Amino acid sequence: MSVSTSAIASGKKKPFLTRTDLLGYLFISPWLVGFLVFTLFPFLASLFLSLTDWKVVGAWNFVGLDNYMHMVDGTDSKFFPSLRATVYYAAVAVPGNQIIALLLALLLSKKSPLIAIFRTFFYIPAIATGVGTAYLWAQIFSTHGGLLNSAFEAIGLPTIPWLYSLVWSMPALIIIGLWNSGQSMLIYLAALQGVPQTLYDAASVDGAGPFSKFRHVTLPSITPAMFFNIVLGFIGSFQVFTTAYIITQGGPGDATLFYTLYLFRVAFRDLRMGYAAGLAWVLFLIILVITAVQLLVSRYWVYYEGATPGAAAGPR
Amino acid sequence: MSTATTPIAPTPVVTKRTAFRVFGLSVSTIIRYVLLVALAVIFSGPLLWMVSLSLKPDNEMNQIPPQLVPIHPTFDNYGKALYGYLPMVDFNRIAINTIIYVTLATLGVLFSSATVGYGFARIPFKGSGVLFPIVLATLMLPSQVTLIPQYLLFKQLDWINSLKPLIIPVWFGGIQGAFYIFLFRQFFLTIPREFDDAALIDGASHFDILWRVMLPLSVPAAITCVALSIVEHWNDFFGPLIYAPGLDVTVIAVFLTYFSVPQQSTPVNLLMAAATVSVVPVILVFLVLQDYFVQGVTMTGLKEG
Repeated sequence: MSVSTSAIASGKKKPFLTRTDLLGYLFISPWLVGFLVFTLFPFLASLFLSLTDWKVVGAWNFVGLDNYMHMVDGTDSKFFPSLRATVYYAAVAVPGNQIIALLLALLLSKKSPLIAIFRTFFYIPAIATGVGTAYLWAQIFSTHGGLLNSAFEAIGLPTIPWLYSLVWSMPALIIIGLWNSGQSMLIYLAALQGVPQTLYDAASVDGAGPFSKFRHVTLPSITPAMFFNIVLGFIGSFQVFTTAYIITQGGPGDATLFYTLYLFRVAFRDLRMGYAAGLAWVLFLIILVITAVQLLVSRYWVYYEGATPGAAAGPR
Repeated sequence: MSTATTPIAPTPVVTKRTAFRVFGLSVSTIIRYVLLVALAVIFSGPLLWMVSLSLKPDNEMNQIPPQLVPIHPTFDNYGKALYGYLPMVDFNRIAINTIIYVTLATLGVLFSSATVGYGFARIPFKGSGVLFPIVLATLMLPSQVTLIPQYLLFKQLDWINSLKPLIIPVWFGGIQGAFYIFLFRQFFLTIPREFDDAALIDGASHFDILWRVMLPLSVPAAITCVALSIVEHWNDFFGPLIYAPGLDVTVIAVFLTYFSVPQQSTPVNLLMAAATVSVVPVILVFLVLQDYFVQGVTMTGLKEG
């Protein structure tokens, strides 16, 4: 760290924190206070709570790792179903999002006057998404005059019992997730616009066709964007809450009991705060492991400018 | 990149394939536009369907198959949905709460991200190299892991069933604040140092530089933050559901849940009218500030190194 110029000029013994340091801390103090009070303290406190049977009211006991044991030893019949639902959602929605977002971005990447209008159409769902659109999708998937089944009937396809079905309720929620591909699309669009034209020219000289160019120029160039989207996509899809809370309430059965919805119920309906804190820490660890694995694997498929694939990936 | 490794031929002939043309447009352009239009219909269809349902009188609600466009459209549903169907609820109060929440949270975003972003961008203080990665790391922290002690803390402070737990942490860069801090820092880094140096020589303090030099140059970054913050807080549901669920303190997102009562059929046209009211303001904000949303992505998303 650099030293304040005034300290050098005056030739005094450098204090531990110079005026510049103090000024720096003054400027970041809103975040620092917020981080300590609203993030770090609750983060550690929830680890402690997870070792207790705290229920808001009444006496509480230190129970060691019992909460964690009960998740896996069968005492908790909802833990694995909720984990299964969440992993199912993430495993389909995250790759699906990439495919759709990339397709949209590729369609929009050629310059032409109408592109801005189409971009607006594709991005608005991501902006509008919330409780209102969740109720809207409940209507679309309705088995009584729902838009989707009516359309299926009109073109002679069999209707689907979407939200009432153990099999189809999760695909319905995934479709809603795919409708929100606009955010990732913007990131791919920015990445596509950043691919140097010289690379395409060089590929043309080598006689590459459109598919070859996509495979060998476009795709490697946008892998950093893809990596960014996938990492954030997994973090986000492990925390999906609103659609399941509003549309399916986790059902039928536990088919759409997302982890966050289950955690919410344990904490705020059953008031088992200690156990819920344990669930939250397990979620944190799962996300940590997934993100760490992706970071490790990224060096084998993410290309950074100036770095060769397989070598240590450049700084992000 | 592995392309262009072969030595360039003496006369590189780029074969220009003659494409089929229809009305002066190449077939690939036509295919592209057909796809774009089809996708635009799929992406906007649900929202148009919401508006259509919201305009249908009751007797058109049970038609099977449903009419895509209402035969006798009526705006009455909007009045009924907001004032009347839920006699316990004062919608004006809820609208004001929502505006208060979004406004104060957005001002909090601007305050915390501009000051903190400036600190990290311009003041070389001891420890900034450690703390800035921590700012970024909090972006990856699932909010559930801090949720329960936060709830107990706010309960202890007697903040539950008010907007305080939703607004006050934002002024301290809390919840999603790291993103905005990052955005401002990135923007400040693009402003040439000469501007601050000139001001420093004139005897300006860092506060002067932030306020008189940097912020006037950072209007695009500020608008981007405002745009993203309005959308984020307007759509926030989990926060109000937990901290401000009460009839007179809550916001529009929670208001919508009042329409569905267990064991009772929900008046879908009224619910869709209320849903439309909840969605239109963010869409308008987006349409007006569209370019700034895109800028938010390019400023923060992909700058490696």
